[in-house]
Amino acid sequence: MGRAAVAAAIVALLVSWSAAGAGAEEAAVWQEWSGFVGAELRGFASSGRFDGQDDDVTGSVVLEPEYFREWNDGRARLVVRPFLRLDTADDARSHVDVRALYWQRVADRYELDVGVRKVFWGVTESVHLVDIVNQTDAVEDPDGEDKLGQPMIRLGLSRSWGLLEVFLLPGFRERTFADREGRLRAPLPVDDDRARYASSAEDTHVDVALRYTHVVGDVDLGLSYFRGTSREPRLLPALRADVPTLVPFYTQIDQLGLDLQGTYGAWLLKLEAIARWSAAVDAQRPGFGDYLAAVGGFEYTFFDLGGRGLDVGLLLEYQWDERRARATTAAQDDLFVASRLALNDVQSTELLIGAAVDLGSGAAFVNVEGSRRIGDRYALDVRLRAFTGVPADDPLAAFRDDDYLQLTLKRYF
Amino acid sequence: MMPNRLSLLLSISLVGGAMLLGAGAAAGATDAQSAFADLDPVAKGRAIAEEADRRDAGFVDSEATLTMTLHNAHGETSTRTLRNRTLEQENDGDKSLVIFDHPRDVKGTAFLTFSHVDGDDDQWLYLPALRRVKRISSSNKSGPFMGSEFAYEDISSQEVEEYTYRYLREEEVDGQRTWVVERVPVHPKSGYTRQEVFYDQAEFRVLRTVYYDRKDDLLKTLDQTEFAQYLDRYWRPLRMTMVNHQTGKSTELQWSDFTFRNGYTDGDFDRASLARAR
Repeated sequence: MGRAAVAAAIVALLVSWSAAGAGAEEAAVWQEWSGFVGAELRGFASSGRFDGQDDDVTGSVVLEPEYFREWNDGRARLVVRPFLRLDTADDARSHVDVRALYWQRVADRYELDVGVRKVFWGVTESVHLVDIVNQTDAVEDPDGEDKLGQPMIRLGLSRSWGLLEVFLLPGFRERTFADREGRLRAPLPVDDDRARYASSAEDTHVDVALRYTHVVGDVDLGLSYFRGTSREPRLLPALRADVPTLVPFYTQIDQLGLDLQGTYGAWLLKLEAIARWSAAVDAQRPGFGDYLAAVGGFEYTFFDLGGRGLDVGLLLEYQWDERRARATTAAQDDLFVASRLALNDVQSTELLIGAAVDLGSGAAFVNVEGSRRIGDRYALDVRLRAFTGVPADDPLAAFRDDDYLQLTLKRYF
Repeated sequence: MMPNRLSLLLSISLVGGAMLLGAGAAAGATDAQSAFADLDPVAKGRAIAEEADRRDAGFVDSEATLTMTLHNAHGETSTRTLRNRTLEQENDGDKSLVIFDHPRDVKGTAFLTFSHVDGDDDQWLYLPALRRVKRISSSNKSGPFMGSEFAYEDISSQEVEEYTYRYLREEEVDGQRTWVVERVPVHPKSGYTRQEVFYDQAEFRVLRTVYYDRKDDLLKTLDQTEFAQYLDRYWRPLRMTMVNHQTGKSTELQWSDFTFRNGYTDGDFDRASLARAR
């Protein structure tokens, strides 16, 4: 937690400066608490495939409070959002994180963030190729949408020609991996205490990123560039006390990204594409070479069907990766098809049913997500994930026996 | 991927469009009344709507808090609170930012809308759980907003050009003399064949709107009361009650904390400000 302490000290310094600037005007200060606490139950359809995966039913609790404070009518702000999960089966899934701890300065056309936070880049639904700043908190959910807080200094300039953001990213966050007892893991446990890096600076390498976004009529455009430690490790076989394990290896990369969305009536047309290249030494190793990847498709929504308030959306995205069979992700020649239902009722009931199908092997990742508010303060979230027809050489092969149903009840405050 | 928490949005500011009227004062009203007398019903209906619209121009910007109470036929209620900021635009529809506070599971969800006189509005949604800004379709007109009896088209910024008009009759509403104007939505996706709008003759405020569904059956009635005047000119109804006659459900909106001319700029209504909206 040494780095977290440094970040906290810097943010505390900036906060005390803002507080001093606000002076005696108490009215200029505003603060609030919010967040949620949740209980989650996962039931797996089959017994675990690997040693140690003894539990077919797992439970966990999660807590994510947020403290927000602002000075000078919002011109200076503080956001603190810690995260805690305790899991009955997986010690690695029991974890804490600082999702956010940052000070923000807002002025008429620029904003400056210093501290730990999350940003999101991109437009597509099935995979997020362009989104690279925050590391994936992979023990949270196999969909990869949960992220760890990233230390950063971010300067955003909002002008008539668009929004330009400059990121300085000191301090790398390692991906989280399930423990030996956890489900949804690689065949061998990942020994993340022994992570290796291409850079001699290891996890203290300072990464940089640039992002430009603009709206031109019906089109939202994003261009991005990242240089630094890849968020996506290669898992290399290793021995620890004569026991085979996997060790994450993080290389140095450059990545150019493009994201585009055209919005035409009820049609949303989406495209994300990346070009990634690595330093020469890495290019000799399979999977580390230069490559292109893209995902594109559409979402079309039938609004207020039959005058009953029901919205039905149809989503289709094609996922492509130049490396094909050598790709390190499952999304390399896959078609994602889904339907999104919104009842628009008092409880905001919503349902998403989808599948990403590998066009080569027929393997499918089936995903159902439903949510409904209960009363004023509670919400129920249901997720069903199934991995069907996955061949042994597929990146998802290790999850073949990990189909599961997950219920989460959250209380918001 | 999360489903859209609330699929579309609004710019609540000009709720009911021409309902916010100005002070132009009694003399102006009298002139307008005599000017309307010679017009045919179509011209008179449009002239009333234009006068109401004219009287609301020039407010520059506003902020307000809204509490929305949903009642179902069994007497159960559910409450939402949100804040709305609006910036008037010179030659186009307004820009608006709507931020949800309650229910807590949607707290921090925000919508940015650039409404346009011609063509579809531009809308972006901010999803706080993913810290994601999404451009969304603005073509949902007739669907319910947040499970309420208000459709998106009832609460979005409304322009005179979005309807055709016909003056019908005079009628009293709560002791006030009104003109009743029938208006027919131009947009093909509207959920209504027509509406009857009741303008009070003194200030051109909309006191009541009656909605007829696609089969031309009576659907809803909106009553606007507790009018307050701001900057000595702009009227806002602090209470709006929408009753659905077909389902027995109703929704009440209570507005509070109106402030005008807060000094907002276009920089307070862009994607960066949407992502940090509180």
